[in-house]
Amino acid sequence: MDFGLSEDQREIQRTARELLAARAGAGGFGSVREHAEARRPDRALWDELRALGWLGIALPESCGGQGLGAVELAILCEELGRTLAPVPFLPSVLAATLIAHGGSPEQRERLLPALATGEQGAALGVARDGRAELVIGGGEANVVVLLEGDRDGDGEGPARRLGARVLRAEEADVALVASIDPTRSAAEVAFAESAGEELAGDVAAGLDRALVAVAAELVGVCDRALTMTVAYVKERRQFGVPVGSYQAVSHRCAQMLLDTERARAASGYAAWAADAAPEQLPAAAAMAKGAASQAAVEVCQSAIQCHGGIGFTWEADVHWLYKRALLDAQLLGGAKRQRARLATML
Amino acid sequence: MVWGTDEQKQRYLEPILSAEEIWCQGFSEPEAGSDLASLKTRAVREPSHPDEWVVSGQKVWTSGAQYSKWCMLVARTDADSPKHKGLTYFLMDMEQEGVQVRPLRQITGEAEFNELFIDGARIPDANVVGGVGNGWKVALTTLMNERAGLGFLLQVRLRQLLDDTIAAARERGLLADSLYADALADLHTRCEQIRLLAWKGLTDVERYGQPGPEGSLVKWLWSDTNQRLTELAAEIVGPAALTGGTSWSYELLRARGNTIEGGTTEVLKNIVAERVLGLPRLKAVA
Repeated sequence: MDFGLSEDQREIQRTARELLAARAGAGGFGSVREHAEARRPDRALWDELRALGWLGIALPESCGGQGLGAVELAILCEELGRTLAPVPFLPSVLAATLIAHGGSPEQRERLLPALATGEQGAALGVARDGRAELVIGGGEANVVVLLEGDRDGDGEGPARRLGARVLRAEEADVALVASIDPTRSAAEVAFAESAGEELAGDVAAGLDRALVAVAAELVGVCDRALTMTVAYVKERRQFGVPVGSYQAVSHRCAQMLLDTERARAASGYAAWAADAAPEQLPAAAAMAKGAASQAAVEVCQSAIQCHGGIGFTWEADVHWLYKRALLDAQLLGGAKRQRARLATML
Repeated sequence: MVWGTDEQKQRYLEPILSAEEIWCQGFSEPEAGSDLASLKTRAVREPSHPDEWVVSGQKVWTSGAQYSKWCMLVARTDADSPKHKGLTYFLMDMEQEGVQVRPLRQITGEAEFNELFIDGARIPDANVVGGVGNGWKVALTTLMNERAGLGFLLQVRLRQLLDDTIAAARERGLLADSLYADALADLHTRCEQIRLLAWKGLTDVERYGQPGPEGSLVKWLWSDTNQRLTELAAEIVGPAALTGGTSWSYELLRARGNTIEGGTTEVLKNIVAERVLGLPRLKAVA
């Protein structure tokens, strides 16, 4: 496998990084703060991303997408995670990924074009007994994809086989929920047993690719938290020296880098596997999501700690990263769930 | 390969590849471990033979010294220059009277390492690598390559030990126990990350010619993981890990050296903090 990005991939990364930095607002978090406090997405940015075709980057060209792969999608997710861009990008691409792999050819052709262009927004959640408590992106979504059952279920007894259901928002009861992460919307969705349609394809393969996209976003969160913290501890002085010169602080920063690089390695490998070695994907995806979930939460906790009292304030902006990390870490199963699944593949 | 003259490359590289001549590394000293730059072994020019150096001092933790024909030796050639500046990197012939090797018994009971007593050993001028006074830079090249290259080899060994441990857990029905399953999945993840990061390090060597200080991350992660693995393995196999002479008990004890040898974890964290993250260095207490 190749460890560097190709020139085209680097170009996508550069473009994304420059655009998102330019839209981030004052101090790099102005836009996040503005939209999170108002609990509404950045519509102007959303329209820009639509025009750039980002929402369909990994969807087939026949369905209006760009026909690129999981690696390119991961690049965008990482950049959007780094800036916490207040747009429902992740929920939309996760739902579209589920449909692209979990849907029948007919479902793909019917449902994906509107998601590929961003004409419709989509949300993703996990449902049980006709209810999904925390559906991310549920505030704006026209389409909701809900995972049901369990991968290990055999269809008998309490464990149901993994499946996914697609609903139009008007087919369900959608109630806004103030999730711990105000940088993106969330909703509780209730539906009747007969509502919507079942996805008829390989839902597990779609779920694995969704895990990779979440892991990539978490790597971006780690990277930003580390960068902010390193800059802060170089500048903040106590006892006459920068606090970053104390090993209690600098070694904690070194640990943040190690955790970030571990998550990045696992997530890069999983994205590569999704495109080039799908037989390795189930284990790689579990590993990537598990590693990134754990890393992001711990790295953000260290970021708050290394910022000291300032880090506990609303103004310091570190908390936005931590809240995104907490929510993403649990999304589609946290670190322990991923390791439990990985253990069955050892 | 990086610092040597053409004559040196021609003379030394081939017998290394063919394993005809074995080498050891004379860096650490009893009073200069992590603080390598404070080493005291002296090399002075022989007044009667100006193209020859005379070396005296003591080295420690030289693995394989008893089989070695040559030693990569760092010695102080200028007592007046500040710590890093007065050092020179030499290629010393081990087969001479002024070099005595004494095995160093470690906590596993075996003697992998040695102490080296050097008293009046002679080294010709042609065996200086990278120029007089440039020894610190040359030594760093050796150390960074050691971390990058060794990390790669050791990860293969780690994988074998992990596979053996998983097999032992399966045999004892412990894979179904969620506590063991979680710990093994975590170790598998770490092992894969070491493999990926080591490959990435090798790609960097290919692309940029030299390993970066990021190699320290691999060595740090590997040593920590190997310790966790040998401890978990001991819990899984039980008495066999506590019985002298088994490979499980050997690995359990040997792993304690992993976070010390080739740069302690504490020094590696300093390197990562200062050279990768660019954090300021704390002034040493005078």
